[in-house]
Amino acid sequence: MRTRTLPAAWSLTAILALALPAVVHNPYYLQVIVGGYVTAIAVYGLNVILGYAGQLSLGHAAFFGIGAYTVALLETRAGLSFWPALAAGCALSVAIGYLVGAISLRTRGHYFAIFTAAVGVMIGVVFTNDQQLTNGNIGIVNIPPPAPIGPISFESPVAKYYLVLAALAFAIWIVARVRYSLLGRTLLALASNEDLAASVGIDVMRAKRLAFMLATFLAGLAGGMFAIFVGFLGPDSSGLDVSFDMLLYLIVGGAGTIAGPLVGTLGIVVLTQWLQGFEHYKLLVFGPLLIVLVRFFPAGIAGGFARLRWRRTATP
Amino acid sequence: MSLLEVKSLTKRFGGLTAVNDVSFSLEAGAITAIIGPNGAGKSTCFNVISGFYAATSGRLFFEGADITALPLHAVARRGIARTFQTTALFANHSALDNAIAGYRQRTRSGFFDALLRTPRERREEREAREHAYEALRFAGIESSAARIAGSLSQEAQKRLAIAIAIVARPKLVLLDEPVAGVSGDQMAQHGELIARMSQAGFTVCLVEHKMDLVMGLADRIVVLHHGRKIAEGTPAEIRADDAVVEAYLGTAVA
Ligand SMILES: Nc1ncnc2c1ncn2[C@@H]1O[C@H](COP(=O)(O)OP(=O)(O)OP(=O)(O)O)[C@@H](O)[C@H]1O
Ligand SMILES: [Mg+2]
Repeated sequence: MRTRTLPAAWSLTAILALALPAVVHNPYYLQVIVGGYVTAIAVYGLNVILGYAGQLSLGHAAFFGIGAYTVALLETRAGLSFWPALAAGCALSVAIGYLVGAISLRTRGHYFAIFTAAVGVMIGVVFTNDQQLTNGNIGIVNIPPPAPIGPISFESPVAKYYLVLAALAFAIWIVARVRYSLLGRTLLALASNEDLAASVGIDVMRAKRLAFMLATFLAGLAGGMFAIFVGFLGPDSSGLDVSFDMLLYLIVGGAGTIAGPLVGTLGIVVLTQWLQGFEHYKLLVFGPLLIVLVRFFPAGIAGGFARLRWRRTATP
Repeated sequence: MSLLEVKSLTKRFGGLTAVNDVSFSLEAGAITAIIGPNGAGKSTCFNVISGFYAATSGRLFFEGADITALPLHAVARRGIARTFQTTALFANHSALDNAIAGYRQRTRSGFFDALLRTPRERREEREAREHAYEALRFAGIESSAARIAGSLSQEAQKRLAIAIAIVARPKLVLLDEPVAGVSGDQMAQHGELIARMSQAGFTVCLVEHKMDLVMGLADRIVVLHHGRKIAEGTPAEIRADDAVVEAYLGTAVA
């Protein structure tokens, strides 16, 4: 199925992404795109747990928040520099992901979805209401960008763009490698039929937990990037509604596909910006568009194209 | 020594005793059939042996070791494979990918092997693919390797389920109604496949209602009725057993 068009499409995407700051000079537009990249990193994490392993997490944005707040607090309060703060943010996100997974992945059905939603709400409450630690609704300001590495400084919007792009490329590399590996096959198998997977010797619980740790790692990484690219962090970055947004991006783009999270996130983020001018009427465009998508691309945009390609190659 | 020993196995669901103090053993290399009317507790036996349900009481010994409390995947890794009464497949995956998933228990590559595509990852992927093709060939569906499992015929799906079960070379294979839903002319070929499994060194235990198939294949037969074992013996002995004829054969193959 991996035909020659696929690497070509990815190369083209990479070239476009690298050239973008030379074309888009408006810093606001650049900011929107970078924001899309950051969210896409988190959505790649959601893709691992939902798209691959088939487990619906409704608290994904909370792990994004854990990464973001850890970086913001360690930088502003503890005086740590960005890179160790980012490592700590990812580690904390994974550690909490491990605990949440250990408790809630054991049982089947909707339990994991409900549990992660509850955890998400609880963590969100901490972000919103804790005046001392997270500064409540006011949030944390003046989060410094990473210190320069040699001659490369990360002060300018363009430099931050490339930093976030590198993180996104790293995320895509990870999920693509996992997807086409024995581990990836294991996750897809258990998503397809958990009983059968267990009966052929797959430790289903362990595999799901690993998938969730990878998912929360990517959410934490995205959060850390978010903290420094805006320089400001508030609780509305990681509420339940953000988790649902991420879910929407993934499903529109195509759960389980490699391109899906990027296509879905950028597509909707850019479209939302573009529809900003329509004020409330934007929902009149957005709603029908979603219905059309779900009707004609039930597997998402990337999933739909994969199917078309599959059909073309399958019937010579 | 027998490969699997089932000792005084009891399984209750609330007030219903599905399996009631059943003991039998499976001899290595033999084909054993478990028969009995609907609801006799045959599938429940398989579900307890393979670890899907915890036994209410009783013990299971596999190669002499107590496996009663082992979780599902651990039972499989000891070398007990099974198929399901309602054919279970990874329906949205290709037949080849189905068989590859069945081989996962034999591979060790984890997250970092995946990231770095280590030599171990590449070797195990190749190995899994080779064994998967071999299992599909054995089951007679190699030509459907690229087909999506859910789109295969009922008969081919049954064969694929067997390929998934044997790809990791288990010692014991439990087949729950392997020919249910298979048309008459395909039945003999399925019987032949099960016989070939035995010749290839798998110990086979099957649950089946089709008596002519069972009588032709089985070395030993265990008969369950209302959760109890009412008879055990060779096909000839079972045919001559009054209790069996009354409980089961009398109605099924009158
Ligand atoms: N998970 C369960 N919960 C409650 N009762 C169950 C469960 N599984 C099986 N039973 C009951 O246990 C009894 C034995 O069922 P089992 O499926 O083992 O029968 P069987 O011999 O395989 O029958 P069949 O030939 O129809 O497949 C039945 O009365 C059934 O309703
Ligand atoms: Mg049954």
